[in-house]
Amino acid sequence: MLLLALDTATPAVTVALHDGGEVVASASQVDARRHGELLLPAVDRVLADAGLKLDAVTDLAVGIGPGPYTGLRVGLMTAQTLGLALGVPVHGVCTLDALAYAADLPGPFVVATDARRKEVYWARYADARTRLTDPAVDRPGDIADQVAGLPAVGAGALLYPETFPDVHEPEHVSAAALACLAAERLARGEELPAPRPLYLRRPDAQVPKNYKVVTPK
Amino acid sequence: MAENRDAPLVLGIETSCDETGVGIVRGTTLLADAVASSVDEHARFGGVVPEVASRAHLEAMVPTIERALKEAGVSAKDLDGIAVTAGPGLAGALLVGVSAAKTYAYALGKPLYGVNHLASHICVDQLEHGPLPEPTMALLVSGGHSSLLLSSDITSDVRPMGATIDDAAGEAFDKIARVLGLGFPGGPVIDRYAREGDPDAIAFPRGLTGPRDPAYDFSFSGLKTAVARWIEAKRAAGEEVPVRDVAASFQEAVVDVLTRKAVRACKDEGVDHLMIGGGVAANSRLRALAEERCAAAGIRLRVPRPKLCTDNGAMVAALGAEMVARGRPASDWELSADSSLPVTEPHVPGEGG
Ligand SMILES: [Zn+2]
Repeated sequence: MLLLALDTATPAVTVALHDGGEVVASASQVDARRHGELLLPAVDRVLADAGLKLDAVTDLAVGIGPGPYTGLRVGLMTAQTLGLALGVPVHGVCTLDALAYAADLPGPFVVATDARRKEVYWARYADARTRLTDPAVDRPGDIADQVAGLPAVGAGALLYPETFPDVHEPEHVSAAALACLAAERLARGEELPAPRPLYLRRPDAQVPKNYKVVTPK
Repeated sequence: MAENRDAPLVLGIETSCDETGVGIVRGTTLLADAVASSVDEHARFGGVVPEVASRAHLEAMVPTIERALKEAGVSAKDLDGIAVTAGPGLAGALLVGVSAAKTYAYALGKPLYGVNHLASHICVDQLEHGPLPEPTMALLVSGGHSSLLLSSDITSDVRPMGATIDDAAGEAFDKIARVLGLGFPGGPVIDRYAREGDPDAIAFPRGLTGPRDPAYDFSFSGLKTAVARWIEAKRAAGEEVPVRDVAASFQEAVVDVLTRKAVRACKDEGVDHLMIGGGVAANSRLRALAEERCAAAGIRLRVPRPKLCTDNGAMVAALGAEMVARGRPASDWELSADSSLPVTEPHVPGEGG
């Protein structure tokens, strides 16, 4: 197996290659505004580092969020298109799960990423591999009771120390962790989710006040 | 037109607004034009909702590419290039198409061409009427744009002559349709009602047509307000609104200005060809009046069939094929979506190009 993994659901643009045994190359950059520009060159770099060609890839794994939509879609569109061009399966992995896996805390904990608008995407975990709740989006103050006393992981937790006083590494997701988790699940014969985004919020869909004009004025 | 087997085979992707378009052309021959539209999802909001459009593009992209390849009967590995709308358009929507096109080109080992949406609207006419005359005057009218452009080479030289200073023409159609309670999008429904109405029933204003006004710019905001006020006054007086006459008179005011200015630009620049593109080019009265005025002025009118006038991938492929044919440099893998890509940049060459 040669698994190419990527995630753009957080400010990190992260890519990794996993050969079924271990991660053979990876690259991560944190730049929330440039997912679209950075992702494909990162894929190219990771392949070059590993001395491998794209057509050797047998599986793709992609973070399905939750995460800010514009960036999230870059990773999903890229993974889906690679799957189409290469004719290989594309597996979805919840981005929070990859963070939990990387944190590898012994007991129960919570993962929280930045959902902007003063909210976090979050879920509770029993351990690194076991999620207890569906990913959700909430204001930190509204979930204080549900996360009280639990260590927390992720950039979302760092933003709200009142709700998450005990924050652990890592801050951002890495495709290396996502690749390991996906490889582990695939080796166990698990069915991974489809590569479709976890939006959690409905689109902001009121009538636009100023009709969206395609051409700048 | 006979298919030239040596001409470049290009797949084009368009996601600047609410249509996910994937087209395939060989040179100036159309092989496939697959479009998935999210227009129904926007209808209840009375306008295109960017996030709804972006979600729909992601959903539709892979199936639409597959459909286009099947329709064209070609294999992806035979393509000579991948073209994509790099801008202008809705940033989030563009980004979905750019991500797909970049990745597809990279995975297939093909050159990538990020191209301009407006230049694509002009270039699509090659699929209908053969190579564009040089220079060509183009009137582009849609829900997003209203521009008069002069191009001597569609891959490298597009000059803006004029543009709307406020609303796009199609936007005015949408707004008047909303005031009349006819739904979204407004263009086709206004056209339908107008056919049974009197275009001279109400004298609505013609924006920017005074002697001191800019010769080639447009303004539809004043017209829109005048029509809305007229309708409200009728309603306030407890009278029935003559929907057909309002539609016909409003439409006449729009197409009168558009065609008058387009023909004038042709005459001033000594250009004997006018092409009309964009969604509003599907309007039957615009086509008829342009035909009449161009004939009177000795100008040859070129208007592609309606399906090629609205946003689609074939137009992007058409311009991409022209980029390949003329040896223009490809874009690089860092290509980004540019929601305000200037019309003067028909494509976005890579750093090395
Ligand atoms: Zn358009």
